[in-house]
Amino acid sequence: MGGVKSIPSPAISTDERSHEVDHPSSQVAHFGAEQPLRLDCGVDLTPFQIAYQTYGELNADRSNAVLICHALTGDQHVANVHPVTGKPGWWETLVGPGRPIDPKQYFIICSNVIGGCMGSTGPASINPSTGKVWGLDFPVITIPDMVRAQAMLVDRLGIDTLFAVVGGSMGGMQVLQWTAAYPARVFSALAIACSTRHSAQNIAFHELGRQAVMADPDWHGGGYADHGIHPHRGLGVARMAAHITYLSDAALHRKFGRRMQDRELPTFSFDADFQVESYLRYQGSSFVERFDANSYLYLTRAMDYFDIAADHGGVLAKAFADIKTRFCVVSFTSDWLFPTSESRALVHALNASSARVSFAEIETDRGHDAFLLDVPEFFDISRAFLQSAGKARGLKGS
Amino acid sequence: MSVQEVLPLGGVATGQSGDFRADHRLVAEMVKPGSKVLDVGCGEGDLLQLLETRGIDGRGIELSREGVNRCVAKGLAVVQGDADTDLVNYPDDAFDYVILSQTLQATRQPRVVLENLLRIGRRAIVSFPNFGFWKMRLQLLIGGHMPRTENLPATWYDTANIHFCTIKDFVQLCDEINVKMERSVALDLYGRPVPLNLPWWVWNMFGEQGVFLLSRGGGK
Repeated sequence: MGGVKSIPSPAISTDERSHEVDHPSSQVAHFGAEQPLRLDCGVDLTPFQIAYQTYGELNADRSNAVLICHALTGDQHVANVHPVTGKPGWWETLVGPGRPIDPKQYFIICSNVIGGCMGSTGPASINPSTGKVWGLDFPVITIPDMVRAQAMLVDRLGIDTLFAVVGGSMGGMQVLQWTAAYPARVFSALAIACSTRHSAQNIAFHELGRQAVMADPDWHGGGYADHGIHPHRGLGVARMAAHITYLSDAALHRKFGRRMQDRELPTFSFDADFQVESYLRYQGSSFVERFDANSYLYLTRAMDYFDIAADHGGVLAKAFADIKTRFCVVSFTSDWLFPTSESRALVHALNASSARVSFAEIETDRGHDAFLLDVPEFFDISRAFLQSAGKARGLKGS
Repeated sequence: MSVQEVLPLGGVATGQSGDFRADHRLVAEMVKPGSKVLDVGCGEGDLLQLLETRGIDGRGIELSREGVNRCVAKGLAVVQGDADTDLVNYPDDAFDYVILSQTLQATRQPRVVLENLLRIGRRAIVSFPNFGFWKMRLQLLIGGHMPRTENLPATWYDTANIHFCTIKDFVQLCDEINVKMERSVALDLYGRPVPLNLPWWVWNMFGEQGVFLLSRGGGK
């Protein structure tokens, strides 16, 4: 079986990856001992840093700031060429000149989440008390921790109220956490393909991914950095499994069907005979080039713990009591990771709080990933929602 | 029986002229500026847009996904939902007015919906096509088939309207569930109010649609 290939080693060395961790190609906000990040687990994280990108100009009355929250494997490079992969920004369909979130109109901020691996402090960063990589000594973080850190960054930038907080998937969870924790600081909230709590099925998929990472002998109990290696096989498998959940049966069938990869007949081996296998292997191997395995464990864990209602006596509506924020909730018909029923539950809670909410379900067969793709109806809705909110906010050009 | 009156249609012309439908303009006239309104079955948001021009904080529920998405793309606060099942999620007194415009006849439980309207809103505005309208009666009497009109073109087997009623039927229901009718207007085929000094049976005969401003009745 000499032809059988598993996930290839990353083309980028561990050294290059860790360079972005500690010295990101972004702006960095440093928070010293006088400003610790109080984590839900009870630990004060200090010192720490937040890497972020901004686009556009903050207006004179500081009322046009839009915070973009990235998803599980995203980062702060929302609308610029990625420094590691050389690919375009991950949300250039929505953010950029002529797009619904246009830097001509808004001051756009996107920061790498705490626990991430693109420059904000996380398990791949150096623990200042030991001089070594944090690894599993890094405290477990939550979605509220990520948002608390973002609020400190927004303070640092001299912004009191954000015009809008926008995000999909894990980014959408942060949007909702922003509105629950800092309702007066969020004028409008665009929460896409997300939920107020992570479902049992989603926790199960995350556990599968984490077990794949931890089953890789190169993981070394999380201490792989000390061995100068990276558990790319385990992380690649985790990414392959997760990637299936971002698509849909119909989308996979349309894209690949049962077509063969560069061959007419089956090879009677475990080589990637099918195009869909080849595609998944590519997804796995390209992901490990830019992502840290421990970071993946921490961020999936943060999503698992997320449950806004639980933080408010089990009643979701209490989280949004008397909220003035204008909401727009968007779901996609074929998204089975964050199905429309989850968005509907959120909308019911917002209705019960008499919040101003728009809710649109968009028909597409592209699954959860639809929020990152070219879906014109989604852009029309985003643009109209932000323009209407801009009018209410008195923003020029709205 | 409740009070009949002609509405103060100050400055708002009746008929099909202008950008907005006559019944929408009539409904909008019934809403005090600055109030908070829920439009149940808001369609593509035409009434909500009209309300917005009058400084009213409007929200909407719409059953069809296409309708909702068009509303949201107009910047309106509209959610996808069903009048029969989703009104229970709204708390008491959440709105000054809840509007049910040309939707009552499409609900599965009109009585429950009406009760919910006046639980969520301090007032309700309900408009519906009058099945007692003379043209309807004539089609059934002479034609011997279920009535179809320009505004209600669907056949009996594909219509979404499952609970048609007449103005008289509606007035009886309001009495039954102790709902006070503050204002009642019947619009004729041309969107003009039927004169107030005519008896109820005339309204029921010549009103193509009825528009009612309702509030909670006192205890019985």
